[in-house]
Parts: sequence; structure tokens; C-alpha cells
Amino acid sequence: MLQEESDLSLIIAQIVQKLKGSNLYSQLERQAWGSWEKRILKSLNSMCTELSIPLARKRPVGEQKELLNKWNEMGTDEPDLSLFRPVYAPKDFLEVLINLRNPNYENGDSLSFRTHLGLIQVPLKVKDIPELKECFVELGLNTGQLGIDDSTQVPPELFENEHVRIGQKVLAEQDSAAAQQYIRQGSPTALRAELWALILNISSEPEDVLYYEQLKTNVIQHDLLVDSLIYKDVKLTASNDDYYFVFEDYLYQVLLCFSRDTSVLSHFAYNSASPPKSYIRGKLGLEEYAVFYPPNGVIPFHGFSMYVAPLCFLYHEPSKLYQIFREMYVRFFFRLHSISSHPSGIVSLCLLFETLLQTYLPQLFYHLREIGAQPLRISFKWMVRAFSGYLATDQLLLLWDRILGYNSLEILAVLAAAVFAFRAVNLMEVTSLAAAEAVLADLSTLKVMPLLQIFLFATVT
Amino acid sequence: MAGKVKWVTDIEKSVLINNFEKRGWVQVTENEDWNFYWMSVQTIRNVFSVETGYRLSDDQIVNHFPNHYELTRKDLMVKNIKRYRKELEKEGSPLAEKDENGKYLYLFVSQSNKEAYVISLYINNPLLIGGRKFDLRLYVLVSTYRPLRCYMYKLGFCRFCTVKYTPSTSELDNMFVHLTNVAIQKHGDDYNHIHGGKWTVSNLRLYLESTRGKEVTSKLFDEIHWIIVQSLKAVAPVMNNDKHCFECYGYDIIIDDKLKPWLIEVNASPSLTSSTANDRILKYNLINDTLNIAVPNGEIPDCKWNKSPPKEVLGNYEILYDEELAQGDGADRELRSRQGQSQGPRAGRSRDSGRAVLTTWK
Repeated sequence: MLQEESDLSLIIAQIVQKLKGSNLYSQLERQAWGSWEKRILKSLNSMCTELSIPLARKRPVGEQKELLNKWNEMGTDEPDLSLFRPVYAPKDFLEVLINLRNPNYENGDSLSFRTHLGLIQVPLKVKDIPELKECFVELGLNTGQLGIDDSTQVPPELFENEHVRIGQKVLAEQDSAAAQQYIRQGSPTALRAELWALILNISSEPEDVLYYEQLKTNVIQHDLLVDSLIYKDVKLTASNDDYYFVFEDYLYQVLLCFSRDTSVLSHFAYNSASPPKSYIRGKLGLEEYAVFYPPNGVIPFHGFSMYVAPLCFLYHEPSKLYQIFREMYVRFFFRLHSISSHPSGIVSLCLLFETLLQTYLPQLFYHLREIGAQPLRISFKWMVRAFSGYLATDQLLLLWDRILGYNSLEILAVLAAAVFAFRAVNLMEVTSLAAAEAVLADLSTLKVMPLLQIFLFATVT
Repeated sequence: MAGKVKWVTDIEKSVLINNFEKRGWVQVTENEDWNFYWMSVQTIRNVFSVETGYRLSDDQIVNHFPNHYELTRKDLMVKNIKRYRKELEKEGSPLAEKDENGKYLYLFVSQSNKEAYVISLYINNPLLIGGRKFDLRLYVLVSTYRPLRCYMYKLGFCRFCTVKYTPSTSELDNMFVHLTNVAIQKHGDDYNHIHGGKWTVSNLRLYLESTRGKEVTSKLFDEIHWIIVQSLKAVAPVMNNDKHCFECYGYDIIIDDKLKPWLIEVNASPSLTSSTANDRILKYNLINDTLNIAVPNGEIPDCKWNKSPPKEVLGNYEILYDEELAQGDGADRELRSRQGQSQGPRAGRSRDSGRAVLTTWK
């Protein structure tokens, strides 16, 4: 994704340099993120300069009219995107994470950390299987689950019918907390859209629709460089996906509006990152001429549109789809591409994954390490995308049910480990990273709930 | 007696030939003694035409019924269905009251060659997904018409138009918008070779259940099955139920925005060309499962067998309607939609508890 390999190592070296001698996690986060952010912006700016395209410009009236007419079918547009590159891809981000170091090596509880052989070298606290079992108790063997107990062989009277009935009751009472508890056992397909809206506290009031229309107007009037990146991403990912290609046009509508939505900036209050800033032409460095770019502070990366795509199976009204996505983003997805010490942050998830593997599947872990196939290199992309585009949609939705139910992304790391456990036999036979990738290339037939259940509750620990 | 099945085909498609070869069958020419002939619709005409005086022997099977056109030609199908409905009315069957479900056909007049296809109603409110129009291709295998025994292939698919749908008349000329057949879509600019503009029926089901609800989705699929069975029942009396024959039909169905299905047409020779890798796998498996039912155990056939394969060989097929079973024990044995995973309808679990029974398909 990057032009200059030398740029990358220079910046990483700068990050490492900055981190030497600092004492606090938050400082770690800020500096690591700060450098990363600088790098991303630099990439964006150089693309801008090379292509002589401004970061933002006002559209001439004729163009505005045209876009308005084509609003529902932007997918049929074929702008020349060949010169645009995604600003970064997950694997670039992984490199940054791998090079994070905590200078506080004397910290007592990192004693065991010295034996950690994974790629992540930041000793954050992660749960082990007994703790995960406690946390995800509703996924246990004695509790009914959708994704397991609604299969053909199981009579619906045993679990499914009653579960549906309870779901309807929860919806009728509009009880958000109850919905969150309920959905830990999975959501019936017919109730899912409403349940998610209830849990995320989304109700489509007229002012919400109005707000969306306002964003749309914004899109019509101004063209952002980021728009081309969004187009490119959709064309590269969702348009080629067996499940999501149908919704290509909705993705543009959502993502273009999203990048102009300044209300998204408020999530930076609890995100240790800060939104990238840019400067009005000719006023570089002058704070009063700084603007957040893009307006929502989120620069899309390769695969970003896959956060939205699965939601199109649930919501077909654009403003509702938009609201749900935005809320999912500011609650969950942002953690998957920001550096933080939060238990649901990507750094913790990576560490959790590696620790689970090293602790409970040591043979497999060592073998893969030996052949130069560090497991995180394969599973990282799954977790960053919350498995979107890797699992079959019905399975993905069952997984995301649990993310909402437990208000945590840790399940992504557990699933990643469970997938490795499931394919362990084949993985033990491979002798290269490429071969390991091949064994794990196709997850579309996996059933997530049995995998999770077996890994957490039926594996000898 | 345990010789190898000798096969002939005049359709040179790998999904066919690979299936024959994997069974260890032997390829011969049509002039030799053959056991299995996968023929085009032109050939079947010759085989059964009065002039040629062809006589098939007991160990020969072909993949078409002699007068399949009673079903696959739209004008004849309309005629048969009208006749069938009149009979039902006479019997006072409540089914005759049933709406024109699936009885109207789809019209498209081509600007370029001005050929008018048969009839009648143009569906101007198709169900759109992602703003796009699509139709459904379902495969149905008929092993005998009297008694009627037919199977539905679980892995049907939706074919999406690559161009946005608009109902304005000027768009009527845009072939890519209105004709969803893949052969035509393939030449549109936006055709994609990974997914080929196709969705599985299970995706459709997941989408509809999630956005419209379970009951209306189940009702839709029940109605689709109903349409198919009705079309077969309508032509059963006039079909030449030759015991050497079986047939795998491609049903094209369109759904309107009230979630009502409409039959577009029935193909006797559904395309075996593959547009994507997934497609190739699907069609290969389709032929495989079809052969397992039509030619039991892959051995030299005896057309006098009872055409009742054991459940294990069905593969991805499910019993859609079995007249013998239906009449035998008085219970509905036809395919029903069921709750549960969104993987398309399945026979197996009886779902009569508390649900309104749609129709009795006797």
C-alpha cells in the first residue's frame, strides 16, 4: 500500500525513538497514534499533490445536479480510480502495532510476559479461558443458542420457539437492557433489525432523517478526496463480495455521508487517538486554520466499507442504515483501528489471541512460529474487519449479536483462536506462511457458535 | 449384467462430462448401444418423432420427456393451466378460487427485432434489493408425471440486473435492465466474474426474513413451491409419461414488491454453462445429484424400476411433491417452508403445530 518502504521504516524508527523513556500508557498511546496519524496524513497529502487534487472542493452547480440525480446508483459511475491507493491496509497497521513497546519493562506482572512469543510486545492484561468462560457464561454448553440449537435436527419446541417468544416480548416492552442480555443467546433473524436498534438506542425520529438529508446535501455540494478512496474501497471489496455486491449503492450513500458527519468527532473523547488535522492552503501550522480532515476525523482504510455491508441485510432505509452504522462505529468498530490499551482495542485483541493460542495450543503456536507463520499475521485482518467478508453473512450476524450482547469485541479474538484450533490438524502439516494462509483462506463454511462453544467450554484447559 | 453405463451426449459441457467420467461410465456414439443419453431438446424431438420409429429399450434413459413443450412453451402452458383450473372449478375445489398466482407471464417486446413474446402482464412493481431487479432460478427434477414425483434443488439462485431498475418506458428498451438472464447480463459493462451478479436463495431468505419478517417470507417460499407443483399438475394429464424419461427443469420466477411470486417461464434445457467458479461447482453438483436420482447406483438402468430413490441419494434435492405419498396416507407430503436457519426450505421436521396451513395440495 505504501510507496516508500524507507518512509515506513523511518517513521517506525521515529515512533520507537519517541517511545523510549516514556512512562505512561497514555503517553504511549498518544505518541504511537500521533506518529501513525502523521504518517497517514502524509500519505494522503502526497496523493493529493501527485494527483493535483485538493483535499476538498466545492462542486460546480452542474455537477451537484448530476450527483443528485445519480444518488441511488453511484455504483454505475466509473470514475478513473486507478491512481488512487488506499491510504493504508490492515497489514500496514499491524506493522505499527508490532513495533509498540512499553518502556516499563520492570513492571511486576509482566514477568510471564517475557515468555510471550507472539508479535505484540505490549504487556496489557488479557483474560484467560477460565475468565472468558465466566464472562461469556451464556455461551455455555447448557444454555440454548441460536446458531446451534436452531439447526434442523433440533425440534424447535426445545429452545427456538420460546426464545423467539421472549424476543418479541423484549421488543414489545422496548427494554434495551433486557435486549442486550437476550441477544447473548443470539437473535432470531426476523427480530434482529429491531433488537439491534433497541440496544443501540436508535429510533428514527424525523430529526434523524433530517440530519441524514443534511449530510447528503453536504455530499452533493462538496467533493472530498476521501470520497475517491471510499469509491475505490467499495469497488475493491464489497463489489466483489458474493453477499454484499447487491448493496454497492447503499455503501456509497452511507460512507460519503459518514465522512462529513462531524458528530462522529465526539467519539474521540474516549478514543485515545485524535482526529487528523489539515490546514487551509497556505496556512500550514497555523492553528486557527486547522480543520479536521475528513470532517468526521476518520480516514478510511482498505476494507473499511465492509463494516457497513452486513448491515444492509438488516436495514433498507438509508437514514436508518446510516444511524445504525454510525452508532456501531463509535461504539465498537473504531477500536479496531486505533491504538489504545482498552480491553476491546485491537492491541488487546491481538494479545488475547496470541496468548490464547500460546497457552492452549502451544504445539500449534510453536510450529507456526518455526515456519515463519506467526498466527497473528493471518488472523489480524479477520479481527480488524470484525470478520466481515470472511464469514457467511448469517454466521457473521450471529457473531455481531454477541458483540452487542456483551458490549465487547473480545469475542473476535476468541473466535480467531477457535478457528485456528479447528484447523489445527491441517496447520500442523504446513511448512510455510503461504501454506498456512491457504488452510485459513476460506472461512465461509464455518459455524461460529459451535466453534466458540467448543473452544471455550469443551477444550481441556 | 454388471457392465458399465454407456453414455452419449450432444451437449458438450464439462459439468456433464466430468460427472459421467467420475462414475466410470463409457462414452459411446448415438449409433451404438447406449444406456444414457443427455440430449438437447432438438434431439429428443427426433428420438420420439413418429417418422423415425425409434424404440427405446428397457435399459435406456433420456433426460427429456417427449412433449415437455406442454410445460416449456408458454402458450401451451397457459392453455394447460386454464384447462386445469376449469377442472378444479368443476370439482368445486377451493384451489380454483386461488388467485392468478403464477399464471401470468412476462412480456418483453424487443425494440430491435419487434418479436412479441406471448402475453400478458408486465410486472412493473418487481421486488428490488439494493435498488436492483432480479429473478429466481430454481431447478426442479421430475422423475415421473403419473404419479407425479418431483424434487426441488435447494441451491437455487437469484440473478441480479447490473443496471439500476427504473420503471420508465424509455428504459423498456434497455435490455440489461429488464432481462435478468445471465447470458444477456454477461455482456453488460458491469458484469462481475467473481459473483456473476448471483445470490444464493439462502441469502435471499436471510434478507427477506431480516427486513420483512418470517411469516411473509415463509409464505413466499410456500407459494413458490405451490406455483411449481401446480404447473406440473396442470400438464401431468397431457404429458407423455414415458418410463424412459426424466427431466430437470429450470424455473424462472420473479417476485413483486408485495412478496408475491410470478412464474416467468420453464426451461427444459437450463444452461449448463458456468459464469463463475461458484457457478461451476453448483452446476456440477446439480448434475451429480440429478444422476444419482435418475440412474440409481450409477448402474445400467432398468426403466421399469419404481423411481423411488432412497432418501440418502437425494443430495441437495428435496421432495417437492410425491403424489403417491400424498394420496397414500392422506397427509401433506409436499415441501413446506420452515422456521429455523435461513438456508432455504427443508423437508423433515413437521411444522404443523399452530401454523396456518396454506393450502392442501391434493
